[in-house]
Amino acid sequence: MVKFEIHDLNIWFGSTHAIKQVNIEIQSNEILSVIGPANSGKTTFLRTLNRLNELNANYKITGAVELEREDVRGIEIEELRRKIGMVFALPLPLPLSIFDNVAYGVRIHGERVKKKTEEKVEETLKQAYLWEEVKDRLSESAFKLSGGQQQRLCIARTLAVGPEVILFDEPCSGLDPISTAKVEDAMVKLKEKFTIILVTNNVKQAARVGDKTAFFLSGELVELDKTDRIFTAPKDKRTDGYVRGKFG
Amino acid sequence: MKNPYRTQNIAFFFLFLVTLLIVIPVGLIVVVIIQKGLPAINWQFLSDMPRQGMRAGGIFPAIVGTIYLVMGAIIFALPIGLLAAIYLSEYSKDNLLTRLIKLAIVNLAGVPSVVYGLFGLALFVVFFKFGASIISGSLTLGIMILPVIITTSREALESVPYSFREVSLSLGASKWQTIRHIVLPNAIPGILTGTILGLGRAAGETAPILFTVAAFYLPRLPDSIFDQAMALPYHLYVISTQVPNVDEKIRYGTAFVLLVLVLFMNLVAIIIRYKFRKKKKW
Repeated sequence: MVKFEIHDLNIWFGSTHAIKQVNIEIQSNEILSVIGPANSGKTTFLRTLNRLNELNANYKITGAVELEREDVRGIEIEELRRKIGMVFALPLPLPLSIFDNVAYGVRIHGERVKKKTEEKVEETLKQAYLWEEVKDRLSESAFKLSGGQQQRLCIARTLAVGPEVILFDEPCSGLDPISTAKVEDAMVKLKEKFTIILVTNNVKQAARVGDKTAFFLSGELVELDKTDRIFTAPKDKRTDGYVRGKFG
Repeated sequence: MKNPYRTQNIAFFFLFLVTLLIVIPVGLIVVVIIQKGLPAINWQFLSDMPRQGMRAGGIFPAIVGTIYLVMGAIIFALPIGLLAAIYLSEYSKDNLLTRLIKLAIVNLAGVPSVVYGLFGLALFVVFFKFGASIISGSLTLGIMILPVIITTSREALESVPYSFREVSLSLGASKWQTIRHIVLPNAIPGILTGTILGLGRAAGETAPILFTVAAFYLPRLPDSIFDQAMALPYHLYVISTQVPNVDEKIRYGTAFVLLVLVLFMNLVAIIIRYKFRKKKKW
């Protein structure tokens, strides 16, 4: 099923043309990896989907971004962001306890029953493979966790509001290899239930977890194909050069 | 000149000396006030009405009056100042109106306190017909400390990392939920500090209360907010310049109480800031 349809997307920040004429279809229940060198528009593209770019004052957009055939600008922004969760590049716990970090989103979306909130927290911490490590210290500050644990906490927090899509913005850029492997495991498991879009600087990570891979360069979508094709037989020379590590 | 270390040491020594100069007046004031005022302090001085035209007895009504005024000022200024700070830091866009508001705040901070007094007289005492009363004085002091509260609250709000807001919004929280649950709780120490500093200033000012509330001699407690009241700074002014033959002990005793009150508030502000800074997690 098609989750996202993006037509003729152009984005400007002031006079900078950040995304140029991008067309993409994103299927549900798969991982789309977005790769490309710095400043190629990957993160901007990602933040278009949950309209987080709109926090920037000089932001301008043309074209259509449709979530299940509905323009995202027509969906109430709180509801849109509930449906499209996001995990940021750096682990960004809120200055709350471990429990409250996950419960925060549940509560702001109107859950008043303590028991249900607790169940949700446990369920999502398990989904993020963090429950065993934190179940005895839920009331401690989230800042006491290690970086990898914090990032999995952020995943649990995102899951807790019941999203359909999860955007990962270079989620492992601050993590060691073991923590990275754990986060990747979680992502692969999660695609059974969610649509995942993963922006990554790490080409190997895209090869490991992505079903499809999109290559961005200077705001343009150069190529989008099944991951193994991108890495074995790309159509575009620039893609070939980038995945082989010749530039970027 | 040829030895850079020596030049540097001389410079350091000179800068240190100049910095030390700041300590001297503060120290002297405190020492003199304590030395001359402390002997006057006893329970009777703190809890008794003034007698014999303020030449004897205590300063109880002035202490109570000052506390009323400070509380009134804060009840008025904190909500307005805080809400304005939230608007300026979270909602306002950089346009003409915002710049106008910011300019107004800067200018409000620069208005001499005696002008506030005159303004309070015209607006609250005369126009609103509150008369010389606690409410007139409180409102005047409240307006005077508004810029302090707005500025420090804004700084406190803006020091909460932007990423927290982004995370909260990305989870589908509305802007107000984000402010209410994430930004405000983390800004409270800064807001409190600013508020208490404002309080300290309100407690010590004489000019704004001169025309709006202060009673020359009122040896009883005020019975409503529309009543006049004595206040410590004005009382000090009166017994130092307007009433002949007041014992030096009483004057310095009054100054001592006022100083302790203000320093105590500043100390509370420092402790709050210190405690929260230690607890701060990012």
